Amino acid sequence: MSLPTRHFDALIIGAGGAGLNAALQLASADLRVAVVSKVFPTRSHTVAAQGGVNAALANVLPDSWHWHMFDTVKGSDYLGDQDAIEFMCREAIPTVYELEHAGVPFSRLDDGKIYQRAFGGQSQNFGGDQAARTCAAADRTGHAILHTLYQQNIRARTHFFDEFFALDLVRDAEGVVCGALVLEIETGEPLLIESKATLLATGGCGQVFRTTSNAHINTGDGMAMALRAGVPLMDMEFFQFHPTGIAGKGMLITEGTRGEGGYLINKNGERFMERYAPRAKDLASRDVVSRAIVTEVKEGRGCGEHGDHVMLKLDHLGESVVSKRLPGIRESSKIFAGVDPVVEPIPVFPTAHYAMGGIPTDRFGRVAMPAGQGSEEVVVGLYAAGECACASVHGANRLGGNSLLDILVFGRLAGKDIIDFVRENPYQRGTDSASLDQAMARLTRWDQQGEGIPVAQMRADFRKCMEDHAGVFRTEEVMQEGFERLCELRERMPEVRLADHSKVFNTARIEALELENMMDVGLSIAVSALHRQESRGAHSRPDYPDRDDQAWLKHSLYSKDGDRMDYKPVRTKPLTVESFPPKERVY
Amino acid sequence: MRISVYRYNPDTDKKPRMQDYEVKTFQGMMLRDVLLEVKKQDESFSFRHSCGEGVCGSDAVNANGRNVLACVTPISELKSPILVRPLPGRPVIRDLVVDMSQFYEQYRAVKPYLVRHDPAPEQEILQSPEERDKLDGLYECILCGCCSTACPSFWWNPEKFHGPAALLQAWRFLADSRDQATEERLDALEGPYKLFRCHSIMNCVEVCPKGLNPTRAIGHIKELMLDKGL
Repeated sequence: MSLPTRHFDALIIGAGGAGLNAALQLASADLRVAVVSKVFPTRSHTVAAQGGVNAALANVLPDSWHWHMFDTVKGSDYLGDQDAIEFMCREAIPTVYELEHAGVPFSRLDDGKIYQRAFGGQSQNFGGDQAARTCAAADRTGHAILHTLYQQNIRARTHFFDEFFALDLVRDAEGVVCGALVLEIETGEPLLIESKATLLATGGCGQVFRTTSNAHINTGDGMAMALRAGVPLMDMEFFQFHPTGIAGKGMLITEGTRGEGGYLINKNGERFMERYAPRAKDLASRDVVSRAIVTEVKEGRGCGEHGDHVMLKLDHLGESVVSKRLPGIRESSKIFAGVDPVVEPIPVFPTAHYAMGGIPTDRFGRVAMPAGQGSEEVVVGLYAAGECACASVHGANRLGGNSLLDILVFGRLAGKDIIDFVRENPYQRGTDSASLDQAMARLTRWDQQGEGIPVAQMRADFRKCMEDHAGVFRTEEVMQEGFERLCELRERMPEVRLADHSKVFNTARIEALELENMMDVGLSIAVSALHRQESRGAHSRPDYPDRDDQAWLKHSLYSKDGDRMDYKPVRTKPLTVESFPPKERVY
Repeated sequence: MRISVYRYNPDTDKKPRMQDYEVKTFQGMMLRDVLLEVKKQDESFSFRHSCGEGVCGSDAVNANGRNVLACVTPISELKSPILVRPLPGRPVIRDLVVDMSQFYEQYRAVKPYLVRHDPAPEQEILQSPEERDKLDGLYECILCGCCSTACPSFWWNPEKFHGPAALLQAWRFLADSRDQATEERLDALEGPYKLFRCHSIMNCVEVCPKGLNPTRAIGHIKELMLDKGL
C-alpha cells in the first residue's frame, strides 16, 4: 500500500492566531502553504480570548513600547528573555495596525482610534500609574481576530486541511524534519504531507488539568510531537491559573472586567486585593491575584455555602458599561453562573489557563535545541509559535493581553522567516521509511483489540492527578507523590484499549491519541515543577517561599528520554536598551 | 433522565436509528454535558464539540426539533425525553456529525474579508464609534450553522442560495465604513438565488444562539441594492 502524499513549501499545524498569521504571510508571498487543523479553523481556541491584545498605541493614556517591555519583564518575574520581550513589545504596534487594516472590528474611541483598556500588571513610566494598553473588540477580541485572519487566508488562497489530526513529525535520512503524518478524521485514512519547513502552532495544553478555561481540543499535541522528536520543553512548571474562572466550572471571566473597574470581594464584602497589592489592587499580576483568592478561601473568608470561591463585583459599573464593553461576559455569567453581573456579583475561583512554557524557540520562531556546554543550535526546518512555543516572553508569569500579542507577533515572524528559509532551501527532502513507520505505529497501536482500560477512565485519572499534584499548591511531598502516580499511569498506558475501531469520524480514536499527548506534556509539567526549588511567578512552593535568583534564574528544559532535566541561562540582555535587573516584585 | 440520540455509523450500520441512554443529571447541566455523558457510556458515539462556552460554534445539533448550540442549552429548558438529531438538511457523516462543506463554501463565496483599494495608513484606519456600532450584531457570528440549516430556502437550494450565515457576513462587510468594495459586493449578489431566495421566514432569527438577526441584515442588503439601482 502506498501512502497518499501531498507536497507544500510550508506545513503549518494548527489554525489559531499563530498558525493563521504565519499562513497569511506565506500565502501572500505566493508560497504553497498547507494548514492542518483538527477542527475547522474558526473553532481554534484563539476564538475564546476575550480581553484584548497589548500594544503601546497610547490612544487613551501616554504609553511606550519600553514601558510595555518593563511591565512584561517584571510580570515574568525576570525569567523572560529580554531580547525577545523587547522585540515583541516593539513589534506589537505595527502588528496591531496590520490586523486593523485586515478588518478586525476593534471597539473605537470618540476620535476614531482603537479602544484600549487597562489590564493587570500595566504601568506608565516603569512602574508608575496604571496604563491602558489592551486593544479590544468589546470582550470578544480573540473571536474578532481569529475570524479576520481566517477570512484573509481565504483571500490569500491558503490550502486548508480541516479536521485532519497531526500524528507525528517525519524526518529524512539525515534526521531533518520534512513534514508530518496526518490523519483525515472524516475517513480515518492517513496522509503524508511533505514540506520544506514545518511550523507547530498547536496551542496550549490546559486539558491536562481537570478544571480549566481551555477547550476540549487543548491537549498539547504540538508540544508532545516535539518531545517525541527529541526536542525538550522549556519552563513547563510555569502554568498560569487565571484568577477569575466561573466557580466550579472554569469558564473564563476576562481580566477586562477588572480593567473596566470591577473588583473582587470576600464573604465580608471586603475588597481584599487592597491588602495584597496596595497600589495595583485588582489589577496586580495574575499570579498575585490567584494566590490572594486561594489564600482568602483557605483562611475561611470564601463565599457561598462551602466558602470555596470569592465574588467579582461589576454591578457598580452600570448597565451601559457592562453591555457595551463586556457583553460576552454578561451572557456567559447568565448562562453558566445564573447571575446577571449588572445586578449581582459573579462567583469566581482560579482556573487552569495558560502554559508559559513550551517548545523553545529563538525570536524568529526557529526551534532551538541545547547543543552541549550551554550552547544552542537551530533545528533545521522546524518552527514553533504561539502557546505551544516558548520564545520566552512570558517567563514565569504571563501578563493579560500578552498572549494574543505573542501568537500574532511570533506567528507573523515565523511566517516571514520561513519565506527566507524556503528560498534558501528550495528542494523537498524525502521522508525516511523508518521515520514514517514510527509515526504510523502511533496510529496502528490503537488497532489492538481486546479488554483493557478505557480511554475515558485513564484520562479522568490523569487529569485528577495533575490537578491534585501539580496545581496551585506545590510542596515537595505533594509533587513527589504526583510524579510517582503519573509514572504508574504512564506505565499502564499500553493497557489502554479502544472498543471502537471504526474508521469514519471516530472521535474515540482522536481522544486516545490526544491522551498520549497529554500524558507526555503532563509529565513535563510535573517533573519540571518538582525540580524547581523556589517560588517564582506562577510556580509557588510553600516549602521554598522565596525567589532564588542565585540558583534559579535559569530556564528549565525537560526531555522525555528518562524524564531528564537540563537548564539554560536567561537572556537578560535586550536588543538595544539597558537590561532590567531582577528586583523585588511588588504591585 | 432518558435521552434519545440519532446513531449512524456508515462502517457498521445499514441505516440510522435512535438509541436511548439513561443519564444522571445535575444542577446547571447543559445538553453538551449530557452528550459527554453518553460518550462516556458509549465511546462509539461521535459529535463535535470544543470550547464548551458558546464561542467556537462546534456543537450545533437539533434537539426536540430545534437547532441549538449544545453547550449553552440547559437541559432544564428541554422537554423530556430529549431527542437529539444532527442538523437538518446536511449529509450525515456519522451520528451527530454532518458534512458542513456546502455551508462553508457559501460563506467563502461572499468574499467575507475587508477589501481596501487605498494604500494603508501608518496607523489605524479611523472609524467613529457610531460607524463601529453598525458591526454589532454582525461580527459575532460563530459559524455554528444553526441558522442556515434551519432555513427552508437553504434546504432546497444549498448550492445556489448563500443562506443566512453567509449573507449576514456579506452585510457585515457592506456595513463596515472601512470596506471599499460595495459595488462589487452588490453586483455579486444579483440574480434570483444568492440573496433573493430569502423569503423572510425568519427561522434563522428564531434559532441563532448568539441572538443575531440575519433576516434584518438581508433586508438591509436589499434596501442598499434598491438605493443603488435608483
